[in-house]
Amino acid sequence: MRYHVKIEVSLKPGHSDPEGETTARLLKELGYRVEAVNVGKVYNVVLEAASRKEAKTKAEEMCKRLLANPTKDDYAIAIEEEK
Amino acid sequence: MKREEVKVCVLRVGGTNCDAETKRAFEELKVQADIVHANDVVRRRNLLEYHVLIFPGGFAHGDYVRAGAIWAKWILAKLGTELKAFVDENRPILGICNGFQVLVEAGLLPGFDGMSLYPEAALATNLPPGYNCRWINLKQENRGKCVFTRHIPKGKTLYIPVAHSEGRFMFVKQKEKQLLERLYETDQLVFRYCSKNGEYAQGSFPANPNGSFHDIAGICNSEGTIFGLMPHPERAFYWWQQPDWTKQMQMPQYGDGKLVLEGVIEYLTKKF
Repeated sequence: MRYHVKIEVSLKPGHSDPEGETTARLLKELGYRVEAVNVGKVYNVVLEAASRKEAKTKAEEMCKRLLANPTKDDYAIAIEEEK
Repeated sequence: MKREEVKVCVLRVGGTNCDAETKRAFEELKVQADIVHANDVVRRRNLLEYHVLIFPGGFAHGDYVRAGAIWAKWILAKLGTELKAFVDENRPILGICNGFQVLVEAGLLPGFDGMSLYPEAALATNLPPGYNCRWINLKQENRGKCVFTRHIPKGKTLYIPVAHSEGRFMFVKQKEKQLLERLYETDQLVFRYCSKNGEYAQGSFPANPNGSFHDIAGICNSEGTIFGLMPHPERAFYWWQQPDWTKQMQMPQYGDGKLVLEGVIEYLTKKF
């Protein structure tokens, strides 16, 4: 089966996010009542797997091995089966 | 081993820089140095022909995903066995700037208990944000474990440039105090950012150019053979690379970068 896996990597809470802070500052200067901006990355992965469970296991493995650094990053995984 | 038998491998891939400066600096130290594309080492399986391995600076693989991450995982996948043998034989590895990021992402640094499966630290986006290219002062903190710096007196201040956007050294927030204590206990702390007078930067910009935790600029592994630092010693090797050379009437022949690169030669000629 083909699965569309959306992996969102973001900074752990409490870590400085200079890019987010700079973006928030500019959005405020543009007139928006922004309280905070957190910057992350989204990876849309198309994956072959025998089941949804296997797709999730593989995606978690990808995060641990490459996409996220456990020192500073959190990740969230959303999986959709291709129709 | 005689000095002229020492072979240094300066690895390169798309996006590395200062490989030529690094090779020239080592040749000035009367050792052999080759710039080798990582694909060639994989094809020839000849990593163990070399005694020192250098991951130079730059933006390897475009710094995609995270600075150093792609090259780190690539090298583990393609050269993992040879790299492990290289490490196990206590052959020295140096990571400069992007090379430091590679070593951290590969789990080779800090390497508290040997090579780790996942990174135990990170080099995050600079604080204040942005690319920072400037000459900074470093204080030598190591008590003798690091094979690159053991000849530099503890407390000596070195003047070497940095040039990076992601150099903020950090540990997991909840464990940073505990892991810092461990760095001290096992003598893995090598360089800290400081002022011209040798006072620790205490996080203040520009003495600490990236907001690094505890002003950390360079660390080594628990064996002292793997060393990574954000500053570029190869850019501070000769007198004519110093920023103020036109103002000086007389200058020493070499800059402080030479101190960082020459120590490893001494180690190799004695050990092997």
